[in-house]
Amino acid sequence: MGARLQAYWRVLNRPSAHFSLGFLTVGGFVAGIIFWGGFNTALELTNTETFCISCHEMRDNVYAELQGTIHFSNRSGVRATCPDCHVPHEWTNKIARKTQASKELWGKIFRTIDTPEKFAAKRRELAEHEWARLKANDSLECRNCHDFAFMDFTQQSPRAGKAHERFVTTREKTCIDCHKGIAHTLPDMSGVPGWQ
Amino acid sequence: MRAFALAFALALPFSGGALAQDSVATLRGAAPLAEQGEAPSMTKINNTDIRPPRNYPEQPPTIPHSIRDYQIDTSANKCMSCHSRRAVEDSQAPMVSITHFMSRDGQFLATISPRRYFCTQCHVPQHLAKPLVANDFVDMDDLVGKGADRRGRR
Repeated sequence: MGARLQAYWRVLNRPSAHFSLGFLTVGGFVAGIIFWGGFNTALELTNTETFCISCHEMRDNVYAELQGTIHFSNRSGVRATCPDCHVPHEWTNKIARKTQASKELWGKIFRTIDTPEKFAAKRRELAEHEWARLKANDSLECRNCHDFAFMDFTQQSPRAGKAHERFVTTREKTCIDCHKGIAHTLPDMSGVPGWQ
Repeated sequence: MRAFALAFALALPFSGGALAQDSVATLRGAAPLAEQGEAPSMTKINNTDIRPPRNYPEQPPTIPHSIRDYQIDTSANKCMSCHSRRAVEDSQAPMVSITHFMSRDGQFLATISPRRYFCTQCHVPQHLAKPLVANDFVDMDDLVGKGADRRGRR
């Protein structure tokens, strides 16, 4: 084992005997662009709604539920797609979330939520993950579109304006504290603070 | 004579077709019966948050705000996240009436009774739409108004 590792190390450590320094530099540069670009393209491909709903678990449950809500159908025609809310937009956090999402592949392979019954049973746990994530990052994915700095409370309905002024201005609460279940059906909410 | 009247009465709906059609047409528009008329445009929901008066004391108050996508089922009750006993501190919304805690045997429960759980069975939001048919409802106080005033003055 040690001998084999040493052999590999010798190959890597020895100066190139066949390729010029220019070829290696330029080649390395070009290969870097291709690999990095390829990686990012593949990453972005998995960051589309089309990709998300290519699995029936998403298409038949959460995507179907989303369609009646204001984040799908509304007067202005601006709508949120899955990754807008569920994947951080900033690169480092996006990679972290994508790495975490490898567990979702596990779930797909071992069919953890492949029937409506299994999904209903697991829904509370999955929802809690999302609530915890949004609570921890101060509802960052909400705020990517709903920027508090440009929010005109006077244009909102009286109770919305008042509530936002009281809880968001003071940072007492974050979006997800009140706005649970705005895009998907809620799980059994017994025991969740603020719910019966 | 009676036979003549009967025949006349039977023939009336057919001979007076135009008249009958007009009276039907008041609600469904001028579209022929076999066709679908053009739907009226959607009206805005009353979202003022101003509590309207109750037309009679027992009337379930109407909801003066939008309730789009409010989930009320076995899993969750969105209304209760503001109107429940403990939520009103944060929401400043009116607490659900104590009568809602009562079971049908008159026992008060710790929370709203299952038979009162589905809010929209009685409470509904209002649209800013013109009434389709005239309504000659008279408020009780208006009906007895003069008498009440007299008693008040005495």
